[in-house]
Amino acid sequence: MANKLSVGRLLVYAALVLVAVYYLMPLYVMLTTSFKTLDDIRQGNLLSLPQAWSPDAWSKAWSSACTGIECGGMKGFFMNSVRMTVPAVLISTMIGAVNGYVVSMWRFKGSDALFTMLLVGCFIPFQVVLLPMAQLLGWLGIANTTTGLVLVHVIYGTAFTTLFFRNFYVTVPDELVKAGRIDGAGFWTIFFRILLPVSGPIFVVCIIWQFTQIWNDFLFGVVFAAGESQPITVALNNLVNTSTGVKEYNVDMASAIIAALPTLFVYMVAGRYFVRGLTAGAVKG
Amino acid sequence: MASLSINNVCKTYNNGTDVLKGIDIAIDDGQFLILVGPSGCGKSTLLNMIAGLDDISSGDIRIGERRVNDLSPKDRDIAMVFQSYALYPSMSVRQNISFGLEIRKQPKAEIDATVNRVAEMLQITHLLERKPSQLSGGQRQRVAMGRALARNPSIFLFDEPLSNLDAKLRVEMRTEIKLMHQRLRSTIVYVTHDQIEAMTLGDRIAVMKDGIVQQFGSPQEIYDNPANLFVAGFIGSPSMNFIPATVVESAGGLGVKVCDDHGCVVLPLPHNRAKLSAWIGKEVIFGIRPEQITDARTAHREGLPQMDCHVKVIEPTGPDTLIFVTLNETKVCCRAHPTEAKRPGDAMQLVFDVSKAVLFDPKTEVRIA
Ligand SMILES: Nc1ncnc2c1ncn2[C@@H]1O[C@H](COP(=O)(O)OP(=O)(O)OP(=O)(O)O)[C@@H](O)[C@H]1O
Ligand SMILES: [Mg+2]
Repeated sequence: MANKLSVGRLLVYAALVLVAVYYLMPLYVMLTTSFKTLDDIRQGNLLSLPQAWSPDAWSKAWSSACTGIECGGMKGFFMNSVRMTVPAVLISTMIGAVNGYVVSMWRFKGSDALFTMLLVGCFIPFQVVLLPMAQLLGWLGIANTTTGLVLVHVIYGTAFTTLFFRNFYVTVPDELVKAGRIDGAGFWTIFFRILLPVSGPIFVVCIIWQFTQIWNDFLFGVVFAAGESQPITVALNNLVNTSTGVKEYNVDMASAIIAALPTLFVYMVAGRYFVRGLTAGAVKG
Repeated sequence: MASLSINNVCKTYNNGTDVLKGIDIAIDDGQFLILVGPSGCGKSTLLNMIAGLDDISSGDIRIGERRVNDLSPKDRDIAMVFQSYALYPSMSVRQNISFGLEIRKQPKAEIDATVNRVAEMLQITHLLERKPSQLSGGQRQRVAMGRALARNPSIFLFDEPLSNLDAKLRVEMRTEIKLMHQRLRSTIVYVTHDQIEAMTLGDRIAVMKDGIVQQFGSPQEIYDNPANLFVAGFIGSPSMNFIPATVVESAGGLGVKVCDDHGCVVLPLPHNRAKLSAWIGKEVIFGIRPEQITDARTAHREGLPQMDCHVKVIEPTGPDTLIFVTLNETKVCCRAHPTEAKRPGDAMQLVFDVSKAVLFDPKTEVRIA
């Protein structure tokens, strides 16, 4: 490597730094604001650091901020979101894995048509399914519950997860399945013993995708859940829009960060495996 | 162990390609069947059909007395080595070999003993704890062999199991397979591109082309009496010479006339005159194997037709030297003793042993005599 930077390189770096700053600025403002006191916010400017770092806004956001008439903070809704997201992600991923396995390895008459129909599922806008879905949840007696939300997300997510797994399994040589069948293994043995162990990378991709989608979803949450069972995205909206007395920007910011933390966390933890999994999977046995 | 019979089996894929067009093959219990043919002629497809991995479009497959058309692979009692190895990537070599045995609920001690025995035979004992991705191509291939050999099925199906091994290992493994076959008398269907494997291993050879069996018989039969031009050219290395030549009357019989730039000779044909009378004066394809055109010392027989030919190229192979000459404007390969071979550009006396020569119809490519 040449040890002096060329003009071109300098320009590239400058552009990158600029873009990075542009993207990080809101995060910076949110973080600093969340640690300021209200007085501090009123006096200082948007970009200044807090005069004294105060965690008060965070504890208020977590346990006593008002969302509408309730004043229990975000914690209950955070748990709602966890209770909704974890099962929905796991169930939709497992269903997607089995679907993908069938569609790619056990072609049957009409399996291509089935797959195409599932694909179309990826392109259906949320709004279109709202009313029929509400009806369905009503019939099943799980309207306005977390279970209902899980069901909605599983149904909606299955199209994507199936697509992910199908596209992964078509790159796995189907001789593996044939060898398994000759060895006497059945449908599930082949799936669990031969294919699942090599599916790590696609599981990570699928889980990141599903987690982000479901955790961040607002529309389904606001339509299909009420009061107690609302996910955190809806609660955040309510919190920010609750107008009693002064606007507490610091609490708003802390709540928003709380709502965003899990997805950040998933990216940071799983993202590493994501890259590692992809390169490890490149060497086929 | 069991016999195998394939009756009029056809396979048409969903996209309309006819891959197998009426295959008829039958072998006895304990026989070693070789499938040979050019790439894409349907050998792997036929193996898949025997294994039950894909449905046949019509026809019958019997293993022993059972008609297996509708049986799933695991009920057909077969073991198979795939052309692409198909090792389970997440399992160690040991697990790869033992997987089928575990599923068939063999006792643990028995499985261990089998794995060790097979690994020793295939010289992969030191690799047992590795993953397939940590093996070379040849090692993977041997693991794939091991997975099949660990079982004791009615029929073994091998799809080019030695194609990736180095020359020495290939010869060793070939002998191992032959030994195993002699010891166990297992019924084996074996796909190969290797002439020597085909000739040395097989009890029966089926030569396929475009989804049709061109000839089915013992190796010697196929070598000596090829049914058509394709089989004659496909089996044998270097392959049979095909010289376009005219059938003429010669002293007391018929012959074919071949010319070099030095002159011509009429090679008397050993065949029955009646069979060939319709061809007098017409052009045929005269087929003669390289070892049947040789030097006087190697021929060590008197009274064979001979001719001085202009040597174009020589290729020493060690035990003998291949001499290329031009007869009737066709490149012809001859096999001579290394010390007798002349240099390119010189004339060399070649002796023709026509007793095993064959004739083909130039249009239909069918054997005439
Ligand atoms: N699933 C499929 N659908 C359509 N055509 C297929 C399918 N599988 C194989 N074929 C075609 O069938 C023909 C025979 O294939 P096959 O694999 O049996 O050849 P092969 O004789 O084993 O060749 P090689 O010596 O190269 O292994 C080929 O022309 C191939 O393109
Ligand atoms: Mg093949």
